[in-house]
Amino acid sequence: MTAALDHLAPAAPTRRFRLADPSMILWIVMIAILVFLIASPMVRLVVSSFQDPETGRLTIANYIEAYGRARHLQALWNTLVFGSGVAVLACLFGVPLAWAISRTDMPAKGFIRLMVFGAFIIPPYLGAIGWILLAGPNAGWLNKVWIALTGADHGIFNVYSMTGLIVVVAVTSFPYVFVFTSGALDLVSSEMEDAANILGAGTIRTTFRITLPLVLPAIVGGLIISFLEAIALFGAPALIALPARFQVVSTQLWQFFEYPVRVEQAAAYAMPLLLITIFMFWLQRTLLGRRGYTTVSGKGGERRVTRLGPWRWVMLGYALFVCALSVFLPMLVLTQAAFAKAWGRGFSLDNLSLQNFRYLLFEQTQAQQAIINTFVYSGITAFAAIGLSLAIAYVVTRKLVPWSNVLAFLCMAPFVIPGIVLAIGFYAAYAPPPLALYGTGTILVLAYTTRFLPIAYTSSAAGMRSVNPEMEEAVRILGGGRLTAIRRVLAPLLKRNLAGAWILVFIPAARELSSAIFLVGPNTRVISVMLFDLSEEGNFEVLSALGMILLVTTLVIAAIGFKAIGRDFMVRNA
Amino acid sequence: MSKLLLRGIEKRYGEVAAVAGLDLELREGEFVSLLGPSGCGKTTTLRMIAGFIEPTAGTIEMNGQVLSSPSGALPPEKRQMSMIFQSYAVWPNMTVGENVAFGLELRKLPREDIRRRVGEILEVVHMGHLAARYPAELSGGQQQRVALARAIVIQPQVLLLDEPLSNLDANLREEMRFEIRRLHDEFRITTVYVTHDQAEAMVTSDRIAVMNLGRIEQVADPHTLYNRPKTRFVAGFIGRTNFIEGNAGNGQIAFGSFALPALEGAPASGKVTVSVRPQSMRLSRAQGANGRPQVAVTIAERAYLGEFWDYVVTPADSAMKLRVTTPPLEIYQVGESAWLAFDPNQMTPIA
Repeated sequence: MTAALDHLAPAAPTRRFRLADPSMILWIVMIAILVFLIASPMVRLVVSSFQDPETGRLTIANYIEAYGRARHLQALWNTLVFGSGVAVLACLFGVPLAWAISRTDMPAKGFIRLMVFGAFIIPPYLGAIGWILLAGPNAGWLNKVWIALTGADHGIFNVYSMTGLIVVVAVTSFPYVFVFTSGALDLVSSEMEDAANILGAGTIRTTFRITLPLVLPAIVGGLIISFLEAIALFGAPALIALPARFQVVSTQLWQFFEYPVRVEQAAAYAMPLLLITIFMFWLQRTLLGRRGYTTVSGKGGERRVTRLGPWRWVMLGYALFVCALSVFLPMLVLTQAAFAKAWGRGFSLDNLSLQNFRYLLFEQTQAQQAIINTFVYSGITAFAAIGLSLAIAYVVTRKLVPWSNVLAFLCMAPFVIPGIVLAIGFYAAYAPPPLALYGTGTILVLAYTTRFLPIAYTSSAAGMRSVNPEMEEAVRILGGGRLTAIRRVLAPLLKRNLAGAWILVFIPAARELSSAIFLVGPNTRVISVMLFDLSEEGNFEVLSALGMILLVTTLVIAAIGFKAIGRDFMVRNA
Repeated sequence: MSKLLLRGIEKRYGEVAAVAGLDLELREGEFVSLLGPSGCGKTTTLRMIAGFIEPTAGTIEMNGQVLSSPSGALPPEKRQMSMIFQSYAVWPNMTVGENVAFGLELRKLPREDIRRRVGEILEVVHMGHLAARYPAELSGGQQQRVALARAIVIQPQVLLLDEPLSNLDANLREEMRFEIRRLHDEFRITTVYVTHDQAEAMVTSDRIAVMNLGRIEQVADPHTLYNRPKTRFVAGFIGRTNFIEGNAGNGQIAFGSFALPALEGAPASGKVTVSVRPQSMRLSRAQGANGRPQVAVTIAERAYLGEFWDYVVTPADSAMKLRVTTPPLEIYQVGESAWLAFDPNQMTPIA
């Protein structure tokens, strides 16, 4: 009887756990890729920090070793001082400029904005090299000028110091504060200020009591990003702190990789960097997400500029001073050195030479290889990151699979992992057998893809959200399947978005140093690593020429992006 | 045989039922509107017909064939329907001509056929001269016409429209209502039209299904729906009305201070709610109105709206408030006494 009833019952397969369900297979494939790229290296990092390198048994010896020495603790402390210094200085540079450009009648706003963007484009290690030429003890340009002017017997600037390091990094990272602050200022309605004016507050009082407090969360957000960027940096600290004989966490991590390689200790030592980053991002989200402060809402009234009167020239002077520190001066001396026979001989025609470029492009095979590697790896990375993130963004926005937010979360997770920590995770997970990827281009591309996946995913998801699902549904109701809809409608509509995202991944990948330095082998060196190696030889002319090649290529690609996609694409996606 | 048959369909999201057991039947070539406030489940119903959403209970059949049931649903691309979306969803990367040709291309028609049919349908919607334009170069109304042409050109089994006029400005909206009805008269495609605008539904539809809280309250032609609403919701949603409550008994209905003769369809005894349209009553200064029941009232509020006066009146010795409209020249002052005449033929008892 029961059997007969069963036979008659309509087939009603339970949907959720059917493994044959195509959406389930899709989900499993995507989650497998993301686990391979993100979860596995990070788990490997944590696990190996508790493992005995010989026996593989659980131990806390790595932590005792990593934190048991005074100089290792000193490096931790140095990192905190360094990061805080950079953050504070970046605010002193970024906030006034953002306010001046967004809310005042300061002249030459467009030019200053362009220069801030320039500061954003210059990799910090290149800025550091520029500043070594400018403020190296005695030989640096600024010191020479000082000696010539005052007749003193030695210069007053020394880039090889904690102060020097802070200034050098702050001038390249203030654009973060700038972008956050001006973004918020652009949204504060003038009516807020008018309300204070009508009650009798003057310009200065209004600015300090109303305008700036309204954008305070944004400023703090920028401050936190500058801090995190600084403590995760490897290049600039390595160039400046090592000769100055002090260590920060990133350079100390690098020392763990000198023979004999102590990955387990490095993993243990990387933990504070990871935890601080996660905590600070959480803090930033909390601050920026707090309601109550969101009078900074898109709409609401016009925005008028504050008239500064004669003070606008003072403001411009300050803006030019910041631009000089971050762009003019370092770029001037880098260009000079790149085209010089010997940079110390100064600006004269007989010192002019193309020899450095000829050497790099035609004579030195290692340099050629590095240039090719850089662009090949970055290009592949950009395609891989966008392909993956687009597929995931599609699945997430269309809710094709259950728990799709897990996919989105994993895509964004690398955002809170410093590059240097990610690289150690990749080294621990994939350098040893069975994959044995150390020294291959593959491990670099995989690490880059993971590192820049959040950028690609943010762009892809924004693109997907910008396309009304009805566009796709219109294809389907007329008789086209999902693939037809993607090919004929979605892909053409997202073309510009994707081109922008490609550039946004390509540029940071081309200049990436912190993760590359741990993963390159003899045949997979990239420009950034080569710059670092050359700096140890002290050949600043060739070094500058190579930096110029990297910078000019980056600029050309960014310019193509601007032309093709519109000027705001970098800001919009930032 | 019915063209489209919805049998007990239901869509639940967790505990919430967006559509809670809905039956609807469309004849071949019929134009039916789903009319209701936002959140009543009308768009969900339409998307279940299209196949974008699967019902959690019930079935959807077309030409006697099951399209959707809780155990599975035919994907939208296999249903031979077409749909017009709220956003028009005209693909910006294709010209007007390419947009309209798309569905025909998917059906692998010969090139020459496609060209001819695209040309013909664009003429029908008065867009022939704009075939080479891109959608970004068109106005909202023109995009709407492209969406219409694109949907009709494939001669779908069923045409679905999801609030197609809600993004147009008022004048254009009025014009497009008649345009949609004209196209329906020309092509006779079975159509389901979702809207929250009663005028839109009344202009376009053969029948209107008024929806509320995931259910259909009443399905009827526009005239019946307005004049013989079955439920309080329908009477209130279609046009303006007064609800007055009384007690039936002894062949009449007592409303406190006055009584009216019993109404057709009302219960013989017990509580009764009656819907009275503001324009179905007459205000006059003199008593006596062709034998219609009359009560003495006082004018409580008034507003002049140009096309008519809008009065609120109170019957003597009663707390009841009634809205009455009169032509612009019938002017009464607030506080003035008058006689109010009812028309029993235009009064409907409400379930």
